[in-house]
Amino acid sequence: MENKQSKLSILTKGIIKENPVLVLILGTCPTLATTTSAINGLGMGVSTMVVLICANIMISMLKNIIPDKVRIPCYIVVIATFVTIVQLMLKAMLPELDKALGLYIPLIVVNCIILGRAEMFASKNSIADSALDGIGMGLGFTLALFFMGAARELLGAGTLLGITLTANIIEPMSVLTKAPGGFFVFGVLVAIVNKLTNGKASKNAANGCMKCSCSSVCGHVGGCTPTCEEELLKAIEDAKTADEIRMNEEGGAL
Amino acid sequence: MQTLEKDTKRTMLCVIIALMPALIMAVYNFGARALILTLVCVAASILFEFLFEKVTKRENTVSNLSAIVTGLLLAYNLPPTLPYWMAIIGCFVAIVIVKQLFGGIGQNFANPAITARIVLLVSFSTDMAVWAKPQERFLSAADAVTGATPLTQFAEGSVDALPSNMDMFIGTIGGSLGEISAAALLIGAIILLVTRVISPAVPVAYIGTVFVFTWALGLDPVFHILAGGVMLGAIFMATDPTTSPKTTIGKIIFGIGCGLLTVVIRIYGTYPEGVSFAILLMNILTPHIDNLTMRRARAEKGGAN
Repeated sequence: MENKQSKLSILTKGIIKENPVLVLILGTCPTLATTTSAINGLGMGVSTMVVLICANIMISMLKNIIPDKVRIPCYIVVIATFVTIVQLMLKAMLPELDKALGLYIPLIVVNCIILGRAEMFASKNSIADSALDGIGMGLGFTLALFFMGAARELLGAGTLLGITLTANIIEPMSVLTKAPGGFFVFGVLVAIVNKLTNGKASKNAANGCMKCSCSSVCGHVGGCTPTCEEELLKAIEDAKTADEIRMNEEGGAL
Repeated sequence: MQTLEKDTKRTMLCVIIALMPALIMAVYNFGARALILTLVCVAASILFEFLFEKVTKRENTVSNLSAIVTGLLLAYNLPPTLPYWMAIIGCFVAIVIVKQLFGGIGQNFANPAITARIVLLVSFSTDMAVWAKPQERFLSAADAVTGATPLTQFAEGSVDALPSNMDMFIGTIGGSLGEISAAALLIGAIILLVTRVISPAVPVAYIGTVFVFTWALGLDPVFHILAGGVMLGAIFMATDPTTSPKTTIGKIIFGIGCGLLTVVIRIYGTYPEGVSFAILLMNILTPHIDNLTMRRARAEKGGAN
């Protein structure tokens, strides 16, 4: 299926339609942890994008050499090499950003977006396509992190890219720069992207089971069985009956 | 469906009536601003509920009065000097983020008023810790004389300055708007118990645990059940039917957990008060408590299902 995609769609699908963070919900750990400010989000996004493009190209080049059985360790070695390069460059050229991102730079190695693209795309496609995929997905990741960081910084600290905007006028809500605020902003951005794509994005991205009303509980990964919805409805009915019995026993207390 | 709607409305009406004595004490103690802050919270809650349901084209549920209860409970958890716009942000968090985004009434996993209070506490830690002196009926925040709550005095170790237990029972002390008067809250509790809106399991287990635990630690147990939000939390917020367990044994576990966490946070934590954190943490555990106790109830009946 990937072979039929045009070059342009490979490049652009990562930005909104298959945005790795906001549609595929991959790589949420760095997303939530590093987006306390717009500049940190941007730094993390660009670092990851560089690694993603290089790793995609390299893995696509090696796809015929890497034995299938040990492909994951091989991908990790390739990714770790590029992460080390990025980390050393950051330390040398942007020491402040390196300090702010800290542990999350080495953790790019285990970022599931990069491993996911290697497994799902680069190992099956040509070098040029893989590079385009890396650029598109990287851009999508960077944009998502930048907007999250900007929203959290503006509302949580009253600044944007370090420039004081609202902090002098109203007191900023510092909860947004903390972990719970990260989840609030993340949820809102996912909802916005879902609205922009009319909910099509998340359905296309998933394995088709998402359309089913019982996808979150059924666990039939890779395909719906016709009975699964009926089973769920029956389970709900059973639970309701059990509740009612108990309510009556307790004497109608709410 | 019709009767369910009616039931909800009756429950909410009972809760609103039961909350009134505490409001009267708050206005007596802190003056008109307490009343205005409460009205702002109630109005903002109704407005956010109405707007969200309009925007998402959901069925309008303003008439079941639940937004009024959320607004009242949130106001009761705020210091009376809090700026109005902060209270309105609190209402937004309570109604839109905690309640409506999770599916509206009956679907939220955490108590909206408690969560909103914690969001405000973490966001505006200075404004949320300004305690107006009791009996100073001020009109604007600038007029308020800052005092301390019994619990902040306790946390600072100034035990000699603590108010008498009688003052705390009647409610002529500093604190959040609705938590000050244990007497007024107990009148509310009686109303709720008589109308069978709440079962006594959670409040009794909660207050009892706080009493026993602080007594076992060698502290004044009466002080600890009267100070802070234990009464308000145990009677009105830990008993929320959607966020507390359904079985009686589950309710008792829930209440004991709330009590233990409250005392642990008060004595060993950095915050002087732990009621809201305790209830929120136990809200999160509620599905698991339900799961465990319901399974046991089922097994005892010989697997009715």
